Amino acid sequence: MESAQDLLKVVFAGHVDHGKSSVIGRLLYDTRSLPQGAVDKVKRIARETGKAFEFAYLLDALEEEQKQGITIDSTRLQFRTKKRGYVIIDAPGHKEFLKNMVSGAADAESAFLVIDAARGVEEQSTRHACMLSLLGIRQICVLVNKMDLIDYDEARFLAIKADMDAFFASLGLTACDTVPLSALRGENILRPSPRLPWHAGKTLVQALDSLSPAGSAENAVLRLPVQDVYKFDERRIIAGRIESGRLRAGDGIVIHPGGKRTRVASLESWPPRGRKDEASAGESVGITLDDEFFNQRGEVISHSGAPPLITGRFQASIFWLGKNPLRPRQAYRLKIATQSAQAVIDEILRVIDSSSLAAGERTEEVRPNEVAKVVITTKQPVVIDLFSECRAMGRFVLLDGRDVAGGGIVTADFGAEARESGFAHGGLKVRCELFEEYYYSLEEHEIRKRRPVTPLYTVGDAVPLSGGSFSYPEFFDVIALRDQAAVKIREGRVSAVLPLAEYAYAGLPLVNGRGFALRVSSSAEWRACLRDYSLISSVGDEAAFSSRWLLFEKYRRIPVAAADRVI
Amino acid sequence: MLHLDVLEAQSVYILREAYKLLGKLGMLWSIGKDSTVMLWLAKKAFFGHCPFPLIHVDTGYKIPEMIAYRDKLAAELGLDLIVHSNSAALAAGMGPEAGRLACCRALKTDALQQVVKKYSFDGLLVGVRRDEEGSRSKERVFSERNAADEWDYAHQAPEFWSQFKTDFPRGHHIRVHPLLHWNEIDIWRYIAREEIPIIGLYFSRDGERYRSLGCTPCTGRVRSEAATLDEIIAELESTGVSERAGRAQDQEDPHAMQKLRKAGYM
Repeated sequence: MESAQDLLKVVFAGHVDHGKSSVIGRLLYDTRSLPQGAVDKVKRIARETGKAFEFAYLLDALEEEQKQGITIDSTRLQFRTKKRGYVIIDAPGHKEFLKNMVSGAADAESAFLVIDAARGVEEQSTRHACMLSLLGIRQICVLVNKMDLIDYDEARFLAIKADMDAFFASLGLTACDTVPLSALRGENILRPSPRLPWHAGKTLVQALDSLSPAGSAENAVLRLPVQDVYKFDERRIIAGRIESGRLRAGDGIVIHPGGKRTRVASLESWPPRGRKDEASAGESVGITLDDEFFNQRGEVISHSGAPPLITGRFQASIFWLGKNPLRPRQAYRLKIATQSAQAVIDEILRVIDSSSLAAGERTEEVRPNEVAKVVITTKQPVVIDLFSECRAMGRFVLLDGRDVAGGGIVTADFGAEARESGFAHGGLKVRCELFEEYYYSLEEHEIRKRRPVTPLYTVGDAVPLSGGSFSYPEFFDVIALRDQAAVKIREGRVSAVLPLAEYAYAGLPLVNGRGFALRVSSSAEWRACLRDYSLISSVGDEAAFSSRWLLFEKYRRIPVAAADRVI
Repeated sequence: MLHLDVLEAQSVYILREAYKLLGKLGMLWSIGKDSTVMLWLAKKAFFGHCPFPLIHVDTGYKIPEMIAYRDKLAAELGLDLIVHSNSAALAAGMGPEAGRLACCRALKTDALQQVVKKYSFDGLLVGVRRDEEGSRSKERVFSERNAADEWDYAHQAPEFWSQFKTDFPRGHHIRVHPLLHWNEIDIWRYIAREEIPIIGLYFSRDGERYRSLGCTPCTGRVRSEAATLDEIIAELESTGVSERAGRAQDQEDPHAMQKLRKAGYM
């Protein structure tokens, strides 16, 4: 029995008419991978319609596709070389069918980009390369087809290679191979061609066989999105697919976003003879838990050491396939793994023409087939990962109405450094962690922090004066030394946000940007504190400054968190 | 993970999505190998339960052993089975003499449409596979059908990253294809591995066997000595004959299946 790793998924993409379906048809024909009936049927259709036999018809099964000679929707076929099995995905190259190209290509581990030797790099060649990179496909080979049309000219081949290499470089990719061939004549597909004596590189089949399979997510951190909860019999089973990592019976787990902690009691299966105690990435499982909480679709199970991000605001790179342009402040539905949330595009940071990678001036809308960097806000917090950390939890689709109209990957969380939590007024932004919750975790015997999703407060806003682990007075000043700014809180509301240079000590309690009290109770102490801060030039100095001037436990405390929800 | 485990996990995921996100579901069961594997996968997905009814569209022309096997298995497993025929068309004398495509339309497509309307199904689970024939290879996993049951194959919604179409206007329904990514040989290897009970018609008798099951007048047997699961798998590893070579309706027109399927055929 072959293992999944032996079956490599490869998508063939590229501009319309550059010969993707023909290359695949020829590949299948030459490797004798087609059932007898398939070739006969195509020959019969060609005869009946008075057209010449085309290898592309082997894949373009729809009548419209054969009549117009273009691929409308993706097809997939399996075939084998001596080395291993492949799933070959034929993607349409017409601009109008980009959504079908994405539907086919999203599953692939590697891609072949087919370019017509006579016509060179065209609009969809580069657009597809850009889409493939956004879909997370890092292994891309270039096939320069129709070499017969340019008399097997090496110089023209090298010019196309140079064009594509430059484009890949701007995407941060390198083409794994660039292969000259002719699908029509079957040259350099299975065997090297005497007409390409200058080509010392691979044939198409050699290029396929030298691809490496995508790494497995088994050894990554555990992510199990809850798909459904069943109560068909006495068992209460939580069902879902492990998107990364491993899960064993007895494991301690955390259920996000609530943060409930419990243990896996069992892994259920049918028929009972297939019962196991462990499962890993890719498996659709059912588990029972030690504690019966209320669980629902959309929750995400992790181990306690490596939690996902919980945020209502993040930055993403998206591609838009919708009929109507994507606009800021309009409501869309966002689906990420099994979660579904109402989302708004806060801001379009940059619109990129996906065929040239040129950044446009326009930021008021993203048009069909464009790519953009955006900031997304969701109505309720979602459980995500950066795409670079966990693919399945870092990619999402956007629905416009009833249909998927775009997709994207999470590139930054504003819960990290870039997070915009704090205070803002006029042009001034002050980062602060005033409302972070500290706790002592009984499970890990460590002090940990949890950062709730808070908005950017501005003048007039009420702030939460007390939380699970902090309690501030109604009147105080926040001194954000890092941002050289101050924030005045009066009667629990923000009354001013100003540069530190314009701030005058008024005898009120002071806290720093993390909510630690400053040991300042007079103007003289205030001046001394500022002077000490200005003299900091090393980590050692900073530690000395902190122990002299900061007092953690004045407004903060560290409660012990039980195994269940923290704070 | 082994290849069959990958296929199984994906099918189970699809079945659970359909059960959670669509309204009233029914599963088409033709007694053939694919829909029998689909029933097995449903019991895996729902831990020994099948939480929706099975539907058999009975044309009245099915191979008699299929009907006997259907009733025996339904009784043994206690299946919730809906059997439906287009009795009006049958009473009016519809049969393959009227033309194979016309017969398929009346006794399969129309009968299916009747049962969808009668029970107000929002979703139908159908065991078609991409490798069976060209128009099926273009299918989505969640594929919308309009109020007239038509498939608008030129304007299918994007489908990627396991995010399926589950929102559709009233009166439309979704065909869910949990086996779309399986190949014929995968089905047989899985039947062998899981020891799934399967109807005897697939096994060689007197040098012939059925490779695909359908109606008696339009389904031919292929020459084969394969009398066991292992022999069928070995035969498929080396054959150049396509799976539906014995299905007469496919040969009526080069795009027969596309036309039938556009109008709502399974």
